[in-house]
Amino acid sequence: MEYVIEMLNIRKEFGNFVANDNITLQLKKGEIHALLGENGAGKSTLMNVLFGLYQPEGGEIKVKGKPVKISNPNIANDLGIGMVHQHFMLVDTFSVTENIILGREITTGGRIDLKKAEREVREISERYGLAVDPQAKISDISVGMQQRVEILKTLYRGAEILIFDEPTAVLTPQEIKELIQIMRTLIKEGKSIILITHKLKEIMEVADRCTVIRKGKGIGTVNVSETNPNELASLMVGREVVFKTEKKESVPKQDVLVVKDLVVKDSRGVTVVNGLNLNVRAGEIVGIAGVDGNGQSEFIEAITGLRKAENGSVKLNDKELFNLPPRKVTEAGVGHIPQDRHKHGLVLNYPMAENMVLQTYYKQPYSKNGILNFKEIYKQAKKLIAEFDVRTPSESALARALSGGNQQKAIIGREVDRNPDLLIAAQPTRGLDVGAIEFIHKRLIEQRDNGKGVLLVSFELDEIMNVSDRIAVIYEGRIVAVVNPKETDEQELGLLMAGSNRKEAGSNG
Amino acid sequence: MAKRLTGLLTPIIAVLLGIIVGTIIMLVSGYDPVAAYTALWNGAFGDIYYVGEVIRQFTPYILAGLAVAFAFRVGLFNIGVEGQFIVGWLAAVWVGVAFDLPKIIHLPLAILASIVAGAIWAFIPGLLKARFRVHEVIVTIMMNYVALHATNYIIRNYLAAKSGDKTEPIHQTASLRSEWLESLTDYSRLHWGIVLAIACCFIMWFLLEKTTRGFELRAVGFNQDAAQYAGMNVNRNIILSMVISGAFAGLAGAMDGLGTFGYAAVKGGFTGVGFEGIAIALLGANSALGVFFSAILFGALKVGSLNMPLEAGVPNELVNIIIALIVFFVASSYIIRVFLDRFNKKGVK
Repeated sequence: MEYVIEMLNIRKEFGNFVANDNITLQLKKGEIHALLGENGAGKSTLMNVLFGLYQPEGGEIKVKGKPVKISNPNIANDLGIGMVHQHFMLVDTFSVTENIILGREITTGGRIDLKKAEREVREISERYGLAVDPQAKISDISVGMQQRVEILKTLYRGAEILIFDEPTAVLTPQEIKELIQIMRTLIKEGKSIILITHKLKEIMEVADRCTVIRKGKGIGTVNVSETNPNELASLMVGREVVFKTEKKESVPKQDVLVVKDLVVKDSRGVTVVNGLNLNVRAGEIVGIAGVDGNGQSEFIEAITGLRKAENGSVKLNDKELFNLPPRKVTEAGVGHIPQDRHKHGLVLNYPMAENMVLQTYYKQPYSKNGILNFKEIYKQAKKLIAEFDVRTPSESALARALSGGNQQKAIIGREVDRNPDLLIAAQPTRGLDVGAIEFIHKRLIEQRDNGKGVLLVSFELDEIMNVSDRIAVIYEGRIVAVVNPKETDEQELGLLMAGSNRKEAGSNG
Repeated sequence: MAKRLTGLLTPIIAVLLGIIVGTIIMLVSGYDPVAAYTALWNGAFGDIYYVGEVIRQFTPYILAGLAVAFAFRVGLFNIGVEGQFIVGWLAAVWVGVAFDLPKIIHLPLAILASIVAGAIWAFIPGLLKARFRVHEVIVTIMMNYVALHATNYIIRNYLAAKSGDKTEPIHQTASLRSEWLESLTDYSRLHWGIVLAIACCFIMWFLLEKTTRGFELRAVGFNQDAAQYAGMNVNRNIILSMVISGAFAGLAGAMDGLGTFGYAAVKGGFTGVGFEGIAIALLGANSALGVFFSAILFGALKVGSLNMPLEAGVPNELVNIIIALIVFFVASSYIIRVFLDRFNKKGVK
């Protein structure tokens, strides 16, 4: 069998830390090869070695059987290796074509021949079924389209081997389906694909083979047709993983949170939460299901005090919280795991210890008479780091230095430790691997079992179905249905999220 | 430990580079560089009198540097230190001239006046920033001009003595001057202000690093969204940081008003102390200790350079160019650091 790329016994060290320890990855021509591993397992390092950004300390890279030395990304490009980055590298104010030719402009007499470039882009787009408009401006097209522009860019540059770095993290379910279709077309046209992901479902659906790495070591390569998600997960994590989160029947008690007729405008002044009604009881997890952009973010911001609402009522344990500042909301007993951990959840330039007391620093024992007590702060941080298994070199390491999963565990530790009556978790597992997801789900359920209310917002239907005791479907700023996860399925939820009403959804499903 | 060495080496190499380029310029224009640099050194440290003058010079520099650094740590760029310095100077002198009180009340009152004046002057841009998101750089630059011309107007029309362009001298009871310090340094103009400046370094460090207020201020400086999420009042912290910054700047004005000069005069233009403060803060990496040391360097260059025309016959203009070169290389120390890192890496391999 012919391999287009062989990475043999690759070893990469950073000081004393071995990021890649003798990893072997062999990509066959015309296959989709998944690269699976937890956050921080060394996937990105391995791909950066292939892309010429890092030089390996040991091992060999062969392209089409010939040994090569890839010392910078240009060489990788020339060898036909293209990367579709997770964070798009596009100029917002440029058109699709301008972005694609950027750095490789076709010029006639010093002028860019945009017509010719557009023709070429259109040609490639049609050949692979990408349906991209070469003249559209990047800022006007959807995230899914932007990703296709990235794919087009690599193809335009003659890539034979495409590396997709977590391509589905930013996409809606519909866009994911389309992406998978595109990947299949690419294979049919003779390309080969390396897919970096930790979503097992996608691997099962689209990949031919899968190479698993764990803590920098290559665990092995398996044929996807001969394996199952459970096996893959345990290979990745190194132990058995429970997918269906174990939980007892919920015993909901009194209302903790009661939202009535809430109206919120977004930053542009458009009403995005439009008369929302919802209640969360003590001892239950309410999941909010919905397509991104139906007012979820604004709703959470409004009830946590981060955004001023127009109208309505938000009551926590019968106490009115409407438009109170965040400090008052926090003190009333609300914990908030924010959607964007870098923007809201952490001060990245603060040590972990200071981040662990971000809302409580002004209280005893962390300070007295306005003077911080670092001994107590570090003690608290040490406790949370141990309890929530946050992998950090020390409590004084900057939050910036931690991986996403560990940052998230730290935030959850901080919020849960304050023991709030209502815990709001907005996309708590976004971008995390199965091990971390399992851990976070357990903690949310633990809070519920301790008689607290939990409000979960997620775009992942699996997560909503798995963890929630009740599911509230949000559509255009309103809760359009409240369903029991045991009596519904993804089909029905999908229709409700798309705006069909309950009866229609029922008769269709 | 390699990092530590780089940190120490960088400013030294920067000063050396400045000296080398200055040497080339002097050689090209026909002056003796050895004599010139000897004159610079002698003018700063050659005599106890000069040492006293250097300390006197860097006393307001420390405070101006702290003012810029403090705002910077909260994410604000206070270009208005110059204006806050000028109003602080006038306020201190006004109290020093207008009242007749025992020293134990009069001096603290005059100092307080400078602090309050600087704080108020900085409060306005802080408020505008917090309330209406008006950029503080624009407001503070404009308020520098307002400060300059408003104080000139007040001095000329209300406070001027017979000569017409400066105030009466302040009363002895409001003065920072000290015969003991002066006699110690061969009758330089060294005054007690240095004690206040050093105390302020400590205050800034303590406030930012050890208190809950500093915790909030730094959090706002790093990430306003996270600060808001954590329940901190972002706007109040923005205003507060400008007020504290302005207080340092106003106190710097008192150093000249109650110490060095003992009066306030009509100014033809900016004093430059506030602008030096920006360079001092950047060079000192916005830390209290860093500001202290970089202020010493700036003060020594400023005072020492006065000796260059006298002792080595180098014209004033050239002196300014050479000083600017040294500052340039120190300020661009980042480039030097990059080179040092590259050199280190090669050495290891």
